[in-house]
Amino acid sequence: MDETNEFEPKILTFCCNWCSYAGADLAGTSRLQYPPNVRIIRVMCSGMVHPNMVIEALTKGADGVMICGCHPGDCHYLEGNLKAEKRAEAIELLLEDFGLEPERFRLEWISASEGPRFAQVMTEMVETVRELGPSPYAT
Amino acid sequence: MSEITLTIDDQPVTLEPGSSVLEACQELGIKIPTLCYHKALGGYGACRLCLVEVEQNGCTDIQASCVYPVQEGLIVRTDTERVLRTRRIMAELLLARCPNVDKVKEVAAELGVTETRFPKKNEDCILCGLCTRVCSELMKSGAVDFRGRGNTREVGPAYDKHSPICMACGACAVVCPTGAVDLSEVSSRPPRPVTSAYDAGLVQRSSIYIPYQQAIPKLPVIDRTTCMHFLKDASLDACRACESACSAKAIDYTQEDEIVELDVGAAILSPGFCLFAANQKLELGYSWAPNVLTSLQFERLQSASGPYEGQILRVSDGEHPHRIAFIQCVGSRDYEHNYCSSVCCMYATKEAIIAKEHEPDLECTIFYMDMRAYGKGFDAYYERAKELGVQYVRCRPSHVEEVPDTQNLKIHYEAEDGTHQTEEFDMVVLSVGLQPPKDAQELADRFGIALDENGFARTAPTSPVSTSRDGVYVCGPFAEPKDIPETVMEAGAAAANVMALLSESRGTEIVEREYPPEKDVSGQPPRIGVFVCHCGKNIGGVVDVPSVVEYAKTLPDVVYAEDNLYTCSSDTQAKMRELMKEHNLNRMVVASCTPRTHEPLFRDTVREAGLNPYLFEMANIRDQCSWVHMHEPEAATVKAKDLVRMAVAKARLLEPLQKGKISINNDALVIGGGMSGMTAALNLADQGFQVHLVEKEEALGGVMRDIRFLQNGYSPAQWLKETVNRTVDHPKINVHLGSELKSVEGSVGNFSSVIAKNGTEETVEHGAVIVAIGAVPGTPTEYLYRKDPRVMTQLEFEQRLAAGEEIGERIIMIQCVGSRDEEHPYCSRVCCTQAIKNALQFKETHPRGEATIIYRDIRTYGHHEAMYTEAREKRVRFVRYEPEAKPEVAVEDGTLYVTVNDPVLGQPLRCEADALVLAPPLLPAEDAEELAKMLKVPLNSDGFFLEAHMKLRPIDFATDGVYLCGMAHSPKLVEESVAQAMGAAARAATLLSKDELELEASISEVVDANCDGCAYCIDPCPYNALTLIEYVRGDQIKKTVQNNPALCKGCGVCMATCPKQGIFVWHFKPEQINAMVDAALEVE
Repeated sequence: MDETNEFEPKILTFCCNWCSYAGADLAGTSRLQYPPNVRIIRVMCSGMVHPNMVIEALTKGADGVMICGCHPGDCHYLEGNLKAEKRAEAIELLLEDFGLEPERFRLEWISASEGPRFAQVMTEMVETVRELGPSPYAT
Repeated sequence: MSEITLTIDDQPVTLEPGSSVLEACQELGIKIPTLCYHKALGGYGACRLCLVEVEQNGCTDIQASCVYPVQEGLIVRTDTERVLRTRRIMAELLLARCPNVDKVKEVAAELGVTETRFPKKNEDCILCGLCTRVCSELMKSGAVDFRGRGNTREVGPAYDKHSPICMACGACAVVCPTGAVDLSEVSSRPPRPVTSAYDAGLVQRSSIYIPYQQAIPKLPVIDRTTCMHFLKDASLDACRACESACSAKAIDYTQEDEIVELDVGAAILSPGFCLFAANQKLELGYSWAPNVLTSLQFERLQSASGPYEGQILRVSDGEHPHRIAFIQCVGSRDYEHNYCSSVCCMYATKEAIIAKEHEPDLECTIFYMDMRAYGKGFDAYYERAKELGVQYVRCRPSHVEEVPDTQNLKIHYEAEDGTHQTEEFDMVVLSVGLQPPKDAQELADRFGIALDENGFARTAPTSPVSTSRDGVYVCGPFAEPKDIPETVMEAGAAAANVMALLSESRGTEIVEREYPPEKDVSGQPPRIGVFVCHCGKNIGGVVDVPSVVEYAKTLPDVVYAEDNLYTCSSDTQAKMRELMKEHNLNRMVVASCTPRTHEPLFRDTVREAGLNPYLFEMANIRDQCSWVHMHEPEAATVKAKDLVRMAVAKARLLEPLQKGKISINNDALVIGGGMSGMTAALNLADQGFQVHLVEKEEALGGVMRDIRFLQNGYSPAQWLKETVNRTVDHPKINVHLGSELKSVEGSVGNFSSVIAKNGTEETVEHGAVIVAIGAVPGTPTEYLYRKDPRVMTQLEFEQRLAAGEEIGERIIMIQCVGSRDEEHPYCSRVCCTQAIKNALQFKETHPRGEATIIYRDIRTYGHHEAMYTEAREKRVRFVRYEPEAKPEVAVEDGTLYVTVNDPVLGQPLRCEADALVLAPPLLPAEDAEELAKMLKVPLNSDGFFLEAHMKLRPIDFATDGVYLCGMAHSPKLVEESVAQAMGAAARAATLLSKDELELEASISEVVDANCDGCAYCIDPCPYNALTLIEYVRGDQIKKTVQNNPALCKGCGVCMATCPKQGIFVWHFKPEQINAMVDAALEVE
């Protein structure tokens, strides 16, 4: 991916269909630019993402993983996002067991109208992980 | 004419004759600096920055590419040292003329020029001619042109005078690259900026515009009142600039408004409201003080998609304000508006809370008269605002003064102690009121309906959404200002009325769509077709689409791949269907825009081609790739390939899915026989559904039986009698009096309930449930209630008044007796209106009587404000008290005394009373908790039933097939209960009118082999769709979980909870998601 020698992290982002994925689309329609390191996987709800999926992605070589969902109270499925929030705590503990820095995982609430926020959060995540360097599991 | 091929920087390019070399360069994506080029105007050759080297017949020459036509075999170089050197000299010359113009400096810097060797002038115009050309060639005005020659050449209107032929369209200012045009210097007409209505006038927009980012359909529209093409004489054919910008050639100036005749049996009017024009109150600063905004403008400021991307900034200087004031009741509760706008107290509170969440140090002060937090959960929100430090000052400010240097604002007001106060703020927000829509009268005339004295649609409490004309209904703020939940309830009510009116013709206009039979692809290896979209230049201008196609062809199981200019166009769709048949494809991947808008279309294409619609996957390479990486074409192309690879990886594992169907029982069960329950039952029965109405008491009517008066002179007794009679007599309603619900089993579409009466039990089958169990008036425990016969509740007072009993001449009422306190923190909503109604009734029969209402806030929202006005006119006394200093009641020598600390007088007021009337709260029904458990639906912390969404779904529960209305939801006036009951009937009818319920296809499925019955997934399921069951397997009892497909919505919370992969969601199986993860991480 990189012609210079700068490390280009690979970030996977699970976006819920109703808020965050729409926020990502809005970043596009608003032509807000963010680094091209992020790959979005659409899921129906942030509460659908099993902690194992996050850990597996990180141990298979993702340099960072994000889960993005609706703001509390806005979940299309009432409170799937709150379930995701609880699981994020478990994921953070697992990260430690796997020798991964906590910054490699992030849970964020991004609404369908928050295109600027989506671009900003993605930019921040890429910069954070870029500073951390490649995942110890990256090949 | 045949096309022309030339070579630019060794790359061949083919264009139509007449194109310029510059356009050929742009086609190839080669960046050429320009200042005087505009797509709609073509080349002009004025700025000389676009120079290139052309070679023909062995000779090379430097030419301006924007005016040099393409020729067959021409060889062009854009990057030779000679080209760059010449461009730099041009840049130096421009920099010498305009050394202080940012755009010139920027273009020069891109060419490596930061200083000029030529003598400097200080012009701001580079004489590029864009303004003169746009004015004459496009706008056909010719108001500005070149004047003078040589070094005195300049641009301007004739004789350097304000031009009378200028239309002030502003095109010259828009095209000017240096910002040199000042429209006020050009035109004799005042400039008329076109502002965005969506952004409440805070930003400008063009005459062709997309109304807002989330508009549906998201298409640009032309504002004919500002577009020069339509303002100018048609023969001039002016402007057409947008046409030249649209590569899809979608602009059609000949489109006209169409008149469509519809044959309908009923009409629902829901035109909404318009906001009070704040410039009518000049004393408050709006329109002349830039830092005075309306509440809607402030709302836009706070929005992430607003003018400052969610930052709260002052309009005057772009600084963050530190002190913000909100002034309430601007255009409400005054002489011209004898009503309350109902929503402003809460929206101001919300805006203040959000502002403080943005910046905790911000000081927010709300200047208000009464805090009308009367809705469900509103008082808790108001309390939270106070905890967060929002200041509330009770007053009505007289005027706002601007501080000259800072443009801060001083608010002048009279404090409660009568002293004149001023306070300075950085920004002032006016909480503007709601008014009838601007064209209300015209709409009313056209439909022949009556408006009320304020210009809102006239309705009656007994039929809250019916107008004065049969078959014409209203909902929302057109009838009265109201909040979102009430609007949604009324929308349902209007629909319910129409459904009852037109029940005979239900479904007669439905045309079923026919599809070819679905091919069975089971057992076939995947054969994937990949279609990559250019989306005009939207994707193709950034991403190298042909290389993505070539890459897709190398992916496993891909048997066909191609690119399309517009994949969504109908001819491409037809072609794709043919290709799918031709190549025997059994999976389809489209790499284009977002599935949120286009997945339904492509799924339909797949289905039309005879495949299951779930054998489709999309890669979002526009919204989430080309548009967000516009300046990184290589990285965007890599990402697009990754996204296609991920989509193909999932597509390989896609399975055909069928939407399950369950049959539906078309009967309804209504729990509670008060006004809400009866109204819901009657509407459903009028629509033709069989209804079981269960009432635990021996008579219908509920609390309504104790109400003796309604505002506006309606007779509650008459209304109740008619409703009860209709209910009892209705052949479709089965009334179960003195009956209790014992159990409810089943789920949406198929419930089975046991109704018990006098020891006998009856089981009824039904498809939907409506909860209408109401609320009960509380019993006061203070103020000598039940200790002195002169102390009574409002309902008791109402009955004595109606019965003509002797109650004396001096009546004192105390409000909020047991409401808005620690035990019952919510507002009971009806008591203020009830007290004033009864006070007015008392005044009617006791013209010399004295009535005093001791209150905390008078919450006569909406039209009820008129009653408050009338009460004050009729000398009903209003004395406010603070919860810290409650009134005191005592009997001395047989006389009843009420003492209250009057904040206006600043001293205690002691009054004698012949009767003391207390307003107790409305409490949740006693059996609410039990019923909630039976129906598996939640209650809120106050004990009322909790709807699926406070604002948007006030009638629904999260559990399908169960609906809510009346005071079981929260305390409300009877007309509001009735509207919600009709709304509940409408919601139930949308279900009951079907014979089959089509279920989601992408829902959970239990893998019995993996499930060990740990039941971890059961509690997290938000829809109670999962149950733990046991069955005998072999000689053992096996525990497993069962999913109810009728309740499951496919959110996948269960899947993410299960530690053993014992449950998954179709279409989002772990292996499908993992395949995408693996594909994303694959190294090329």
